[in-house]
Amino acid sequence: MRVRGGHEIDRRTPIRFTFDGRVIEGFQGDTVASALMAAGVRLVGRSFKYHRPRGLVTAGSDEPNALVTTGQGAEQRPNTRATMQEIWPGLEVQSQNRWPSLSIDAMAVNDLVSPFLGAGFYYKTFMWPRSFWEKVYEPAIRRAAGLGALSGDSAADRSERAFAHCDLLVIGAGPTGLMAALTAARAGADVILADENTRPGGRLLSERIEVGDEPGAEWAARAAAELAAMPNVRILSRTTVTGAYDGGTFGALERVALHAAPGAAPPECFWRIAARRAVLAAGALERSIAFPSNDRPGILMAGAARSYLHRWGVTPGKRVAIFGNNSDIYRTAKDLSAAGVEIAFVADTRPGESGKGDWPVFQDARVVATRGRRGLSGIKLDHSGGTAQLRADALLVAGGWNPAVHLTCHMNGRPVWDEAIAAFVPAPGAVPGLIAAGAAAGRFSTAACLADGVRAAGEALEELGYSLRGRPDLPEAEDAPYDITPLWTVKAPGRAWLDLQNDVTTKDVRQAAQENMTSVEHMKRYTTQGMATDQGKGSNVQALAVLADATGRGIAATGTTTFRPPYVPVPIGAMGAGARGEGFAPRRLSPTHAACVARGAPMIEAGLWMRPSYFPRDGERDWRESCDREVGHVRHAAGVADVSTLGKIDVQGPDAGRFLDFVYANGMSGLAPGRVRYGLMLREDGHVMDDGTAARLGDAHFLVSTTTAAAAQVMAHMEFVQQAYLPDLDVAFSSVTDAWAQFAVAGPRARDLLDRVLDRPVSWDGWPFMSCGDVSVGGVPGRLFRISFSGELGYEIAVPARYGGALFEALVARAEDMGGGAYGMEAMNVLRLEKGFLTHAEMHGRVTAFDIGLQGMLSAKKDFIGKGAAARPGLLDATRERLVGLRAVEPEDRIVAGAHLFGETGSEGYVTSAGFSPTLGGFIGLGFLRNGPERYGERLILKDRLRRIEAKVDVVAPGPFDPEGGRMRG
Amino acid sequence: MVELMAQSPVSSRLPLEIGGVTLALAEPGRVTWVAVRDDGALASALEEEVGCGLPTALRSTTASGLRLVWHGPGQVLAIGALPSALAGLPMTDQSDGFACLALSGHGARDVLARLTPVDLRGHVFPVDGAARTLLGHMTATLIREGDAAWLCLVPRSMADSAVHDLTRAMEGVAGRATL
Repeated sequence: MRVRGGHEIDRRTPIRFTFDGRVIEGFQGDTVASALMAAGVRLVGRSFKYHRPRGLVTAGSDEPNALVTTGQGAEQRPNTRATMQEIWPGLEVQSQNRWPSLSIDAMAVNDLVSPFLGAGFYYKTFMWPRSFWEKVYEPAIRRAAGLGALSGDSAADRSERAFAHCDLLVIGAGPTGLMAALTAARAGADVILADENTRPGGRLLSERIEVGDEPGAEWAARAAAELAAMPNVRILSRTTVTGAYDGGTFGALERVALHAAPGAAPPECFWRIAARRAVLAAGALERSIAFPSNDRPGILMAGAARSYLHRWGVTPGKRVAIFGNNSDIYRTAKDLSAAGVEIAFVADTRPGESGKGDWPVFQDARVVATRGRRGLSGIKLDHSGGTAQLRADALLVAGGWNPAVHLTCHMNGRPVWDEAIAAFVPAPGAVPGLIAAGAAAGRFSTAACLADGVRAAGEALEELGYSLRGRPDLPEAEDAPYDITPLWTVKAPGRAWLDLQNDVTTKDVRQAAQENMTSVEHMKRYTTQGMATDQGKGSNVQALAVLADATGRGIAATGTTTFRPPYVPVPIGAMGAGARGEGFAPRRLSPTHAACVARGAPMIEAGLWMRPSYFPRDGERDWRESCDREVGHVRHAAGVADVSTLGKIDVQGPDAGRFLDFVYANGMSGLAPGRVRYGLMLREDGHVMDDGTAARLGDAHFLVSTTTAAAAQVMAHMEFVQQAYLPDLDVAFSSVTDAWAQFAVAGPRARDLLDRVLDRPVSWDGWPFMSCGDVSVGGVPGRLFRISFSGELGYEIAVPARYGGALFEALVARAEDMGGGAYGMEAMNVLRLEKGFLTHAEMHGRVTAFDIGLQGMLSAKKDFIGKGAAARPGLLDATRERLVGLRAVEPEDRIVAGAHLFGETGSEGYVTSAGFSPTLGGFIGLGFLRNGPERYGERLILKDRLRRIEAKVDVVAPGPFDPEGGRMRG
Repeated sequence: MVELMAQSPVSSRLPLEIGGVTLALAEPGRVTWVAVRDDGALASALEEEVGCGLPTALRSTTASGLRLVWHGPGQVLAIGALPSALAGLPMTDQSDGFACLALSGHGARDVLARLTPVDLRGHVFPVDGAARTLLGHMTATLIREGDAAWLCLVPRSMADSAVHDLTRAMEGVAGRATL
């Protein structure tokens, strides 16, 4: 019902939206919850397990019942709290967890059998047969009990993530937070003020409170305006701080544009805020009392009712009853009465207490029963004078306030029980640098909050070394004592609910205790108390009290469960915003990328790099035809392959050779300038890390090449070795992977091809095998290396990356004129398999130099990384799986990587790489086999049980093609 | 003989303006990575020759046609013509190693704050500040050229992804202004 007032709404701007298809009219500034309340809609959702009809309970992010779905298709957002969703024209809202409709829900039958569905029901019932859990029970239960659903459409990735930094993060903009922010901002500190609501003010917007000589809401608006005008303040409204993490880092979820129709603005932003200090001014959350049938629509928190009244000008009913254990009940009665709402009664649980008013007051009162299936209609009361049955359409419950201690527990802190306010308060220092203040610290009066904000900010500023200039004067405000006499449950027949979202009753908690789930963590898991999306914000403490009562331990000794981040649900779409496609992992493009794509090459991922798989030509039916042709280019004419993606590290300094001697297993310092050497790097544990070449460009200048896959690992390894082991060497290095485009030019006519692009021809004698030096291409200085990964006469030519595309085009065009052409990864793989050259398919992290037949490269004359570990006897055992070559016996048989090699004793090895060799006319491969090199000539069975492939293979020496290497060396 | 045409590191059309923030490809000229030891003599030789000293951590120094950017302990990126004071030091030409993207305009800082965890506030990252950090998932060197003008050096191979991420961030920042 709409009444007068409401700070949040603009009555000149009516807004229509739909709830389950029904058009609802509200005002600009309404939430779905306030608009539904204004429209008299009381039934807003169904509970998780029993599908009980439920209504609004809170006015904030702690709402357990009113979870709705907004939007459709890709824009569908399930489990939105109606209390936090502001309305906009055309907003579509659907209720959840009901079928066929909210008012007639077939699954409500669960409620009839609820005596059988209590705590531990699943654990006891769905035990056997074992396989049924995954296949039958769990899917069925998930369908029956649940939250909202996703649409199945891929959601548009429109949210964003951002980082922010400040001196002081103030969490919550109520009286405490505003005072803390003012204190810090005026002292000159950088302040971020984050608040869940649309506007700063906190409870000042929800109560009739004077601050100084003006209404609290107006004071809050003035304070916020002052802050907004300061350059050192950033106010993040609609922003919930969701977690406290190491090093003063906080996560926060900002609802950027969820209050408006989808447009250009990101719906949400997930902030990571690095704050030198933080003030937790998150206020307190009101809790209920567990009395029988306390879950009917129309039963809600008294503080929430005051929020609805003062913020949105709505009340939950025409004739409301109020029940509670502290003086908030009288404040509630006064406020609602002043708005013209009839007060059915005020039921005070405390004996001898009585506030004044024009309504019946019952003392020592207990609500023992309620009526009304889909909405409250009547209440039965026991009180000091007997019993009473009264009519009411809303019951407002004031069970006391729990400080919002959650963030202080995110780093393993445990809150402390404060008997005086019957609530947990934050343990000081629970999160380093975070100071709890105001209601979040258990100080509930407005005056205490205002003062505590100044105090907390002052402490933070002092630690940060700020002098307290312009400290704000403390305005006058109410300082009423918080006079609570705790009452957790009403002992009367009927189900009394604790966790409304997960349908946990007091009986469930008692049963857990009875079944020896007496630890609070056990009780939680046994009953699912507090495990719903609201994390039991409104029910945990009552549940603890019930458990404490059942075990006779007291609440302080019972302790709490662990609060973990996030404080409110964070959509993955916000936390992972932008992490799609290139935002998930950058794509590294070689300078030839456009040229390869233009030639129709399918680009495949190699780490972050995109590399051409093969270059199809007209008439070729599949990749194998292209690959076979490309292999032929290299074997018979000249092929060109982009090897720009290989890692390149420029190593300089007088000690460069000594440094490389230590990182490579073989010696490098003896390499003459102008020469290239193959090198092997081991890890500290003696296994192979990477291979590549080192080219000595000058006395104090080497260029190290790595595989594409291990480039970053090798760079990091070298930096570690330099900094940790060899800090005194005069050596420096820098990655030049991106700076140079590099191409393999290979084949019998490779030199001829190079001569067509180089400014000066490549002389045969001047460029022997494994030489390097400077060249010039169209006036562009480049480098030439006579190395080969194909077994043919081979060169690699490098030019600055900006010229890479042009040089590739020039080389390929000329190669094609010569009967050759570009070749891709597939052909490169076949060529090296024919030669027995290795990649990371073989150097997969578990092999040693011994395993791949390169033990001889391990220098005996010097120390190097991995030397000692590589000499361990177990790593030199002849029976280890060691590298062998493989050839298919039958021409039609395939060898596949990943297959196992079966001998007399079963699986004796495995295949690491395989391909069809057009040169040799059959499948060849590399693999590892026990006693491998001693078994050349043996015939084994290859089996791939995943792909159902079986073939006979012969064990051969790796690299069956041109084993003497005459073609390569020339 | 061939004639090699130089190619841009980015495939998209720049500059690009979204919501008052402009993303452009900067052509910084020669970029040289230099390993330096700050023994005082080098700094004064530089000061004398070009009028700017060695940058301290997280800063850059500029003089006529030269910017020296701190690039980690003992490492400097020299952007511009190399002064002879640096001759003889280990150095590597990185002119083609980086793509240099220029981000400018009111809101440029907000755009960067969507991608980099570095503190960009003026007193922490002033004009001439420099940091090696992350831009999305990429390593990047950020240099603050002006109050609302930044340079982002990213590995050349990742330039398109950097443009992709920056464009998305620019759209988000501009989108907020429509509310």
